[in-house]
Amino acid sequence: MVTAFSIVFMRDLFAIVILFGIYSLVSASFFVNLDAVDVALTEAAVGAGISTVLMLGTLALTTRREKKSSHGPTLPLMVVTVTGAALIFATLDMPYFSDPANPIHQHIAPRFIEQSGQEIGVPNMVTSVLASYRGYDTLGEVVVIFAAGLGVLTLLGRFGKRPEITMPSPSMSHHLILRVIAKALIPLIILYGLYIQFHGDYGPGGGFQAGVIFAAAIILYAIIFGTEKAQRVISPTVIHILMAVGVLIYAGVGVITMFLGGNFLGYNVLAHDPVHGQHYGILLVELGVGVTVTAVMLSIFFDFSDRKRIQSIEEQ
Amino acid sequence: MISHNLPALQIVLPLISAPLCLLLLRPKLVWIFTLVVCLATLGISVELLSLVINTGAISYEMGNWAPPWGIELRVDEISSFVLLIVSLIGAVVILYARKSVEREIPPHKHTLFYSAYLLCLAGLLGIVITGDAFNVFVFLEISSLSTYTLVALGNDRRALTAAFQYLIMGTLGATFILIGIGLMYMMTGTLNIQDLAGRIPEVLDTRTIRASFAFLTVGICLKLALFPLHLWLPNSYAYAPSAVSAFLSATATKVAIYVLLRFVFIIFGVTFAFEVMPMGTVLMLMSIPAILIGSTVAIFQQNIKRMLAYSSVAQIGYMILGISLASVTGLTSGILHLFNHALMKGGLFLALGGIAYHTGAARIEHFKGLGQTMPWTMAAIVVGGLSLIGVPLTVGFVSKWYLVLAALEQGYWPIAVVVLVGSLLAVIYMWKLVEAAYFNKVDKNEVVVREAPLQMLIPTWLLIAASLYFGIHTELTIDAAQKAAELLMEAGR
Repeated sequence: MVTAFSIVFMRDLFAIVILFGIYSLVSASFFVNLDAVDVALTEAAVGAGISTVLMLGTLALTTRREKKSSHGPTLPLMVVTVTGAALIFATLDMPYFSDPANPIHQHIAPRFIEQSGQEIGVPNMVTSVLASYRGYDTLGEVVVIFAAGLGVLTLLGRFGKRPEITMPSPSMSHHLILRVIAKALIPLIILYGLYIQFHGDYGPGGGFQAGVIFAAAIILYAIIFGTEKAQRVISPTVIHILMAVGVLIYAGVGVITMFLGGNFLGYNVLAHDPVHGQHYGILLVELGVGVTVTAVMLSIFFDFSDRKRIQSIEEQ
Repeated sequence: MISHNLPALQIVLPLISAPLCLLLLRPKLVWIFTLVVCLATLGISVELLSLVINTGAISYEMGNWAPPWGIELRVDEISSFVLLIVSLIGAVVILYARKSVEREIPPHKHTLFYSAYLLCLAGLLGIVITGDAFNVFVFLEISSLSTYTLVALGNDRRALTAAFQYLIMGTLGATFILIGIGLMYMMTGTLNIQDLAGRIPEVLDTRTIRASFAFLTVGICLKLALFPLHLWLPNSYAYAPSAVSAFLSATATKVAIYVLLRFVFIIFGVTFAFEVMPMGTVLMLMSIPAILIGSTVAIFQQNIKRMLAYSSVAQIGYMILGISLASVTGLTSGILHLFNHALMKGGLFLALGGIAYHTGAARIEHFKGLGQTMPWTMAAIVVGGLSLIGVPLTVGFVSKWYLVLAALEQGYWPIAVVVLVGSLLAVIYMWKLVEAAYFNKVDKNEVVVREAPLQMLIPTWLLIAASLYFGIHTELTIDAAQKAAELLMEAGR
């Protein structure tokens, strides 16, 4: 709350971005308290991590100070008040928090809790629901991320045309301490990402969180050693291809299950034993998620960080 | 295998093709690829419609999980009808898009354009076909994000501001919808629409469900641009690439209206929405100014794409007015107009794109003398305009006729007057174009304007001719709309 209020009253955008990061981190621990570890992990990785970096990237392109708004504050305030009042009104008849008799615990959740072990065989129920019972929704989410990447690429990126960039990218490689620490940290971050990616069946985690962590490792490298060097490791063309490939892996699993006689994303037909089929299916779609998320995050980051250099070339 | 999986393929085909576009090595192939995909999608929706007519509603279990645990796709009389509209417009516009896109969008962005277009199509179809409330939100996001991209590709710099405005308003709408869905889930423990419809009556009398109803209605009305939540629409349509304006005006708001019908009539039911909650009054109070103000503002526009956008605000008013009457005839008129307006407005925006092809924009001064230089395009605009006004033998007449009937049925004669005044205002703004095109001489120093390329004229006339055909042979559409209306009225009694 304190963070949220200070965000509203501040005018220095840099401080606001950092406060947003803190806000996300606090929310993440809040989610842990609510026993939603997967959500907490996502919030920490996306809210506190990547989005802070992206917002700072935007600030680097624009300006640090907020402009005076041209509208009066009355109408927005009214809308916000009415919305808030409606939300409070809605809480009046809500079932009590964590009451086991609540509809959400009574209707469809019991099957997820009691039978997902036999039907899917994955200890982490969140993964079962996410990747199998509601796998089609998750495919949709991946496509949303792909669409976002596509949007930024269209507006800022340089898909297809590649002007020669001669101006060196800004880097911090002259800082010895940063360099050494980064070199030590990056392999660990990637290893941790792999753990989150492939351990999502058993503990909290999965493709979304892992993808963000991978992207964070490469972005850290890019910030310290310059984007040019990072792009030598993973070029923009490769990133654009990976963006598409991730979605195709996910949807491709669905198409294969259709060919094997199941419904779209019905993993049971992937192996002789339905539970094994579910395992393969979940593993593959999580891989697809991870690939697209990593690629989109990197694509967005590079689109932002290259923007200034492209602009300066276009001006010449 | 194919026929069993048709409902899934309807979405998956365009959804998979969008990333495939990025992998195609030759940009020239992308258009052909997109065209083939859109035609196949159209084929699937035709097949689905005939299946539904012959054998009744189809339910498809995603991932072989039975609803409400898994996600269900549901093709019934209403959704198959809307699927056909969306995929039909999608195919016609893409046929048209090649020439128009070549002129309006820089070459290195063509691949991205077609990819975003396919995503948008898949998103809209996904919203229509799904039987799951949360899935509606997911596909709404897919279609919205790709729409913002498409709008921002317009060659006017103001397209960026328009897209940003749309993004903010659209995200607000989506958040409201999400809050509404979340509250419903909290009270019922399910997300499946059929299941929700069964479980919601028990908890209907709680404040939480009322709030959720309010959030959903406001959120969806933002998406469908009901007055006074329409502010994002005029700029987006005016500055988007021509093909995008046509596609959006004919599909996006229509799909939002479909979502409104689905949620209000099937989940909450007519009795709750219109007798317990004052839905009818509220919608009526919004749609009457939508018709009158939208049409009046349209008269004063110099940019003709903007003029048609304001006219869309008015036409959405007619649809909502029909729905607000909450009777079979009223709903029939709303659903009919949904289809009819897609044909005429789609055709009109395509025709404007033909004019912009040579003149670079479509402002009123560009219309001078077009009656001679672009006879076919102008004829299309005149016929489309007559339909907007609601002249007999056009589709516009049929739906307005039903609207007036529905109003008189309940003794609301002032509504009939509103419809009449709206039509008169439409006469004024369409007359401006006719006057400029047929009664003004061409400026000598202007660039030479020729007829639009055939590849753009044919799709334009396809839609315009359809709007004439369905204006004369009315049985088919009226039957479909009436059946859908009866289904909706019975659903939540």
